[in-house]
Amino acid sequence: MTRLLETSTDHGRRSDGDDGPDGPVATRPARGGRRKEAWAAAILLLPALFGFAVFWIYPTIRGTYYSMTDFNLLREPEFIGLENFRQIASDPQVWSSLRITAVFAIANIVLVMVLALVLAALMQRLNLKTWLRSVLLLPWLVPNVAIALIWGWLLDANVGYLKNLLDSVGIGGVTFYNPKAALWIIVMISVWSGLGYTALLLYAGMLQVPAELYEAGSIDGASETRMFFGITLPLIRPVIALVLVVSFIGSFQVFDLVQVGYGNNPIPEVRVIYYYIYQLAFSFHRMGYASAVSILLVVLLGALTYVQLRIMRANRSDLA
Amino acid sequence: MTTTTAAPAAVSTPVRQRSRFVPRGLAPGRLGAWLVLGLVIVATVFPFYWMVRTSLTPTADLIADSDRLFPTDPTLVNFRRVLGLTTTEEAIAAGGTGASINFLRYTMNSFIFAGSVALTQTLSCAAAAYAFARLTFRGRDGLFVLIIAGLMIPGIFTLLPNFALMRELGLLNTMLALVAPSLLVTPFAIFFLRQFFLSLPRSVEEAAMLDGVGPLGRFWRFALPMSRGPIATMILITFVGMWKEYLWPLVAGNSESTRVLTVGLSVFQQQSPNTRPDWTGLMAGSTLSVIPVLIILIFLGRQLVQSLNFSGGK
Repeated sequence: MTRLLETSTDHGRRSDGDDGPDGPVATRPARGGRRKEAWAAAILLLPALFGFAVFWIYPTIRGTYYSMTDFNLLREPEFIGLENFRQIASDPQVWSSLRITAVFAIANIVLVMVLALVLAALMQRLNLKTWLRSVLLLPWLVPNVAIALIWGWLLDANVGYLKNLLDSVGIGGVTFYNPKAALWIIVMISVWSGLGYTALLLYAGMLQVPAELYEAGSIDGASETRMFFGITLPLIRPVIALVLVVSFIGSFQVFDLVQVGYGNNPIPEVRVIYYYIYQLAFSFHRMGYASAVSILLVVLLGALTYVQLRIMRANRSDLA
Repeated sequence: MTTTTAAPAAVSTPVRQRSRFVPRGLAPGRLGAWLVLGLVIVATVFPFYWMVRTSLTPTADLIADSDRLFPTDPTLVNFRRVLGLTTTEEAIAAGGTGASINFLRYTMNSFIFAGSVALTQTLSCAAAAYAFARLTFRGRDGLFVLIIAGLMIPGIFTLLPNFALMRELGLLNTMLALVAPSLLVTPFAIFFLRQFFLSLPRSVEEAAMLDGVGPLGRFWRFALPMSRGPIATMILITFVGMWKEYLWPLVAGNSESTRVLTVGLSVFQQQSPNTRPDWTGLMAGSTLSVIPVLIILIFLGRQLVQSLNFSGGK
């Protein structure tokens, strides 16, 4: 692809106002053509916008309204103002589940990120074949429900293969339902299932780093470790930022592993926020309160994402 | 990592692909790197191996075989009973609870659910993405930002009202309720496909325009066929995502006729006694949920990996 095309990608979102004097002439339709374009756009957008309006915007409005009601699905929602939010403030389960989720998210992200960076650097170093790379993608493709079951079996208290293996090397107590270990087991499972995927994303970023930089580095006698920290890491920062933000939002939504793994045998130590909201809505039928807690989650995630993007300066690439 | 400085050699090697080291020999650092990678690969694959191994083990041998890498007396009976192909007596004899478990049906439901969403959603999002990438109309950028903002909303926030809506419409436990929220749109697909259309050379469409082909024709007859690869990838990614989906099918479609594999598995687990879970049956069910993605990985793994290069590299 030519350089010209690449730049036109970056500036693809041109304003729809006046035609600049140096704009590509052929893409600017005449006045009649522009009206025709607007019609065509409406037709092309119709299905997606319909879906977006009905299943994204409408529920957003409705959910916000529910958060200010007492609603159990059977009666009409009853407006109670900010009562639900007042209740959240004094509901220890909200805060404990948020704390558990935060611990999970931070541990998960830090571990995945560090391990994935090492793995990606190894892939780059060894020029790993595509089929071997795709093997690493396997856990990411498998439903979390199956993953929860597989690990539940590997760590079965009686005959779990991995549990016995760990026992035999002196690491005891790593059983699925051990309350002290449970949260860390979930962290470990999610690191295991997200590692390959994250490493491949980072590896893709590493492929964009110009080889000349490494050549220059080695001429200057820089070690590989030094080049990793001095060249690779700073240059793939936008990819790292993207992965961080995405996995942060994802980690806060951990649910399947907990619900499938521990739904039968609830352990308070693993009650994450999604699971609590799910229980509120579908076990206790407190839709209004559940909506209020999920609004809290929306606001919290929005704020944290904003902070992350600011810190990482994600939109600025040193490679540009 | 140990340091293997091969400065002069690095300069003289022709650069075939950007930023790849061209290593020589089996330096100790390289050996260590392979060792770590081998370990990661084994750790990635082993749990799946153990799943398959267990699914082929007769329940009676579960404990005796618990530390054997191969089943002493391999059998397919666990698959037969979770697929509902055995009589209740046979299933109980093989270690089941005798409760009706019909993974054949759940697998079919999963295919219908994931397949229909993947096809429809990708087409609908491709149309929208094309409009965002190539057409000029008022409010375009604002609309695009609004849709992308949808990426930030945790699913459970819209899930609750969507559940209420499906309930009011009397659609709970129908296939329509399962597919509805994701059938037409997901912000990620619009983002991904718009990005691709922007990178497509304009020349073909410009030539078509000079020949009097309207915007819809340019999309349908030129842009769409030229994007076969990325669209196929998007269909694939969506299919996998839907195949993994659990929470929405759990609340909106947990009846025998609409139950998908993930929900079927979790129901199966809840029916199985807590003290003595039916591991051979559960692993057979899990294996069924892994087989399709394994097939995708074997035949289309290269495409999947390259799509990550696309989304990660940009």
